[in-house]
Amino acid sequence: MLAPAPQTPAPERRGTQFKLANGMDVVVIPDHRAPVVTHMVWYRVGAADGPANRSGLAHFLEHLMFKSTDKIVDGAFPKIVMELGGQLNAFTGQDVTVYHERIAKELLGAMMEMEADRMINLRLTEDEVATERQVIIEERSSRYDNSPNARLSEQMNAALYLAHPYRLPVIGWAHDIAKLSRAEALDFYKRYYAPNNAILVVSGDVTPDEVRRLAVETYGKIAPNPSLDTRTRVQEPPHEVVRRMSLSDKRVAHATFNRAYLTPSYATAVPGVAEALHILMTIVGDGSTGRLFRRLVHEGKLAASAGGGFSGGGYDSGTVFVQVVALPHCTLASVEAGVDAVLDEVRRDGVSELELNRAKRLLRAAYTFESDEQEKLAERYGRALSVGRTIADIEAWPSAIAQVTAADVMAAANTHLDARRSVTGLLLPETAVGRVGQNAKVQSP
Amino acid sequence: MRIQPIRSRGGIDAWLVEDHAVPVLALRFAFEGGSAQDPVGKEGVANFLTQMLAEGAGELTATAFQERVKDIALRIGFRAGRDAFFGNIEVLTESRAEGAALLRLALMGPRFDAEAVERTRQRLKVGIARAIREPARVAAAEWDTVAFAGHAYARPAAGTLASVDCIMADDLEFFRRRIFAKQTLKVTAVGDITPDELGQLLDEVFGGLPEGAQLAPLGDVGLLPAGQRSIIEMDVPQSVAVFGMNAIARKDPDYMASVVLNFIAGGGSFSSRLMEEVRVKRGLTYGVSTTIAPLRCASVLKGRVTTRNHLVGTSLEVIGAEFSKMADGDIGNDEVAKAKRCLIGSYPLSFDASGKIATHLLSLGLDGFGPDYIDNRNAMVAAVTLDDVKRVAARMLRPESLIVTIVGKPTLSTITDTAARIETSAA
Repeated sequence: MLAPAPQTPAPERRGTQFKLANGMDVVVIPDHRAPVVTHMVWYRVGAADGPANRSGLAHFLEHLMFKSTDKIVDGAFPKIVMELGGQLNAFTGQDVTVYHERIAKELLGAMMEMEADRMINLRLTEDEVATERQVIIEERSSRYDNSPNARLSEQMNAALYLAHPYRLPVIGWAHDIAKLSRAEALDFYKRYYAPNNAILVVSGDVTPDEVRRLAVETYGKIAPNPSLDTRTRVQEPPHEVVRRMSLSDKRVAHATFNRAYLTPSYATAVPGVAEALHILMTIVGDGSTGRLFRRLVHEGKLAASAGGGFSGGGYDSGTVFVQVVALPHCTLASVEAGVDAVLDEVRRDGVSELELNRAKRLLRAAYTFESDEQEKLAERYGRALSVGRTIADIEAWPSAIAQVTAADVMAAANTHLDARRSVTGLLLPETAVGRVGQNAKVQSP
Repeated sequence: MRIQPIRSRGGIDAWLVEDHAVPVLALRFAFEGGSAQDPVGKEGVANFLTQMLAEGAGELTATAFQERVKDIALRIGFRAGRDAFFGNIEVLTESRAEGAALLRLALMGPRFDAEAVERTRQRLKVGIARAIREPARVAAAEWDTVAFAGHAYARPAAGTLASVDCIMADDLEFFRRRIFAKQTLKVTAVGDITPDELGQLLDEVFGGLPEGAQLAPLGDVGLLPAGQRSIIEMDVPQSVAVFGMNAIARKDPDYMASVVLNFIAGGGSFSSRLMEEVRVKRGLTYGVSTTIAPLRCASVLKGRVTTRNHLVGTSLEVIGAEFSKMADGDIGNDEVAKAKRCLIGSYPLSFDASGKIATHLLSLGLDGFGPDYIDNRNAMVAAVTLDDVKRVAARMLRPESLIVTIVGKPTLSTITDTAARIETSAA
């Protein structure tokens, strides 16, 4: 069966947005199916806003936000939320720091009171800071030291940007983490944690009026920070040289080919271009029907898996990435030739209407599936607003996707899959060393 | 939320939560009998089969099948647990009929074309080769090998490089015929569908299955080999330690008390004692946690801690000491009250998305409960007393019962000391 061309849908109106007097943005996305709410505070500050000689500062502060305030003692914040039946966590990205909780709707006010409290009243002792620094050293070790894949991707990222702070890892380099201090964390906190630098997103069993009332009583009482500026980061110079790197490690089982291209993002692109990149990479890299999979796995018998995608959420730029895991008897040179053949073909011949329509249906279905989960709904709005996009942009996304033409996709491939703006990373097994099966096993009763 | 038990004309049972807010249907199902049913020497068959059902069926080759799946944006997946074989779809209402047809084809007529079998075999072997180099995966597998020695649970669920090489199309088909059957099927559905429509869908998808499955009988695991410790050396800066012991069976009257106890010990994230002692107070780890896995043939409490090699001994010592204190009755009434409030208050969070509701209902069905469990569950938690929790702690958290597996380059002298100390403290 041929998939019929998707029609341009009318934008679905779900989110309501307003601003408190102190400049804090609020978005409410009602979803009345369960008596539960998702509450998120998105600060418009992330790893890329920290000082260049202290990578990891934003993430360090995120950990420390779970310590004390004037009202909450001794790291009790998560315990109180959990005792109320809530679940909570936080995460730091290059552009945002986010604190989120899911809780019964009756407790939304209590939750907002606690979150507003730690927006201005954080207290830190030297001991708490020293212990948390150790925790982060362990976290870094878990994420990178035990994973050659993660180490290569960290190094590729550092090479993809020549100047922009996205080149620094969010968690920080180990030598920077070791130097992070209480004073630096508190300075960063006082500078960036303010209502006029934050977005409150609430989805679930609430109305915009209820949220407005509660927000005015809690976040509304916090004074704005008048010295906050629009963020401006070091921008990239022209990229003129193709970059390549390789990492050999005895814990790599199969050679893996990676490539990343620096591209525009939804926030920076001319309208339609990010959508075209999204469709392009769905056609090229999505699962077992993508062109990479077909060429390298099905036809070429060169790879165990092959795929790619577009990350378009960044404030300053996006990336296109490709990853292929080679079969044991195949060289990465043949894999790379296959990847380049696929990309050259799409640059030269574009994509078919059938592929275009299939990709559009997939992306629009993903939007509908996401609408089925209140946590993901809240995240959709928070992520977009925190990099300067609007509710109208978000809700018009399905129709913007529907308007992309095959010519747009081909143009995006030619303009943005530019080798000079790419890094190629090869992950290789260290051949001289024995296999894992030779690990010593010590058994003691 | 209203759960409707449905029986189709063809006699297939399901639980339905009807909700038309979003034009999506989430369907979850399971057949009893998972990877524990893999024949000896063919470890990994169930897992292999999960990957083959969408690799061509009926008249459709792998590519044709997958293109139709993408054309209707169907989300379809299969997974093998130890005790059950799971399937799920998420489908837009506009494509539901074709989604059901594709699911029926996948279950009833997978082709197992030689090309697809070989390609999938290669991919599975890549996954296994990767897993045996990841400390966390090696530690978990080694723990099962030691703790369940002599039982089917000891065998690697995904198979080994050698066993996956021995699996042929006939083995996959034989497993499918043995396990996919009406009597051992559980189905849950949440979303944009009426009871009549669901009945028709059930008959279309599952109506052609045989009545009964041919399950190999599995005995209870019984007592785990208490006190076993094994270390697998791997040249990494951070070690992973998996630790665990016998827990309370799902149908035991003390099961809910064990859930409360686990929450206090290591299940409750930042509210747990292990997190407080190992991470917050001492900064020894980024993560330490425990869970209860109530498997069909053995209920176990399992935990994991990841820490740099020279801190493994100290971390395990702290964990052993906490277990010891709890087993000796050092548990406060306020701790129990707090844990109960957390467990009760957070229960509604399992029901805020269609997929989550369907998954939760399916696990209740597999455990032999009715839909009324959801209404009674919080009362069961509330009924747990301090004495219940202490009794279960004394029965379950005996430090000499701990089975520990470490992967990494831990400082060995400290480990030996710790092992000795844990054993002494229980004497």
